[in-house]
Amino acid sequence: MLVSVYRYNPEADDAPYMQDIHIDIPGGKDIMVLDLLQLLKDKDPSLGYRRSCREGVCGSDGMNMNGKNGLACITPLSAVVKKDKLVLRPLPGLPVIRDLVIDMAQFYAQYEKIKPFLINSTPAPAIERLQSPEQRAELDGLYECILCACCSTACPSFWWNPDKFIGPSGLLQAYRFLADSRDTAQAERLADLDDPFSVFRCHGIMNCVSVCPKGLNPTKAIGKIRNMLLQRAT
Amino acid sequence: MVTNVTSFGRSGLYDWMIQRVTAVVLLAYTLFIVGFLLITPDVDFQQWQALFANTAMRIFTLLLVLSFAAHAWIGLWCVTTDYIPMTGLRFLVQAVTGLMTFVYVAWAIHIIWGV
Repeated sequence: MLVSVYRYNPEADDAPYMQDIHIDIPGGKDIMVLDLLQLLKDKDPSLGYRRSCREGVCGSDGMNMNGKNGLACITPLSAVVKKDKLVLRPLPGLPVIRDLVIDMAQFYAQYEKIKPFLINSTPAPAIERLQSPEQRAELDGLYECILCACCSTACPSFWWNPDKFIGPSGLLQAYRFLADSRDTAQAERLADLDDPFSVFRCHGIMNCVSVCPKGLNPTKAIGKIRNMLLQRAT
Repeated sequence: MVTNVTSFGRSGLYDWMIQRVTAVVLLAYTLFIVGFLLITPDVDFQQWQALFANTAMRIFTLLLVLSFAAHAWIGLWCVTTDYIPMTGLRFLVQAVTGLMTFVYVAWAIHIIWGV
């Protein structure tokens, strides 16, 4: 099959280019894209990409495969290859450091803005803050986010305003803490979000939902934040 | 919190709410006019003038014009903040948009009360 990989080494290249590599898959098996990358790296050790757990838990190998963001380690070739061709590019919208490796500083800056930790002003109990099973269930579909950035880098609103719009990933996390019964900073969290950019730059395009490798729904979480802001203001 | 002085109502929630409420007004007016044209297929000048001579219709039309202005401003503000990264040019386009919106509103009022 033909693999076309985005290559860019800022120390050697004037501009990024696409490198076409013909490769035979051993045994014709339906391997994961990450395994394919390893085969490419065996051929050309200068190819750069991030990877760690190789099972969709660490969120390191988010990339754009035939036009759609996803995690290379849990995406089988059969799910993305069309006409025996695969185009691999870095996640779009963020600066490229080298080849498939992007600079995620802006993504993390947005994550930091939403204060991704529990804030509780009441005295700490002797052992732990308990939740009922119902209160715990409120966090399902939120806590599973692994910050791979597939969603935010698929979002046009994030492409145009990565410094102002928190983005689907950050907003999913924001709602994860707004919905937590152990958090007492709900009013302050909401006050920080009520501007024309942080939340409201979301226009419901839903690219985030379509690409999330964990099957999460940031658009739904953003809708819930909007409802909380409405409740607070009306 | 991201601050911005050029948005319609400063608060994102306020802009969002105005966008939705004005959209309902635009829909209601559109349905009314389409309905009027359906029940009066051969509309002539007298019928059209009689419709707009009615004070209730003038108020409804003024509501439409103001809703349209607010809706367009919020929408175009979003477009300019998305696609014009250069602050000076963006401010210029926004200023021209605001001026044109104001002119259209004033002109529309003149037309509505001129029939």
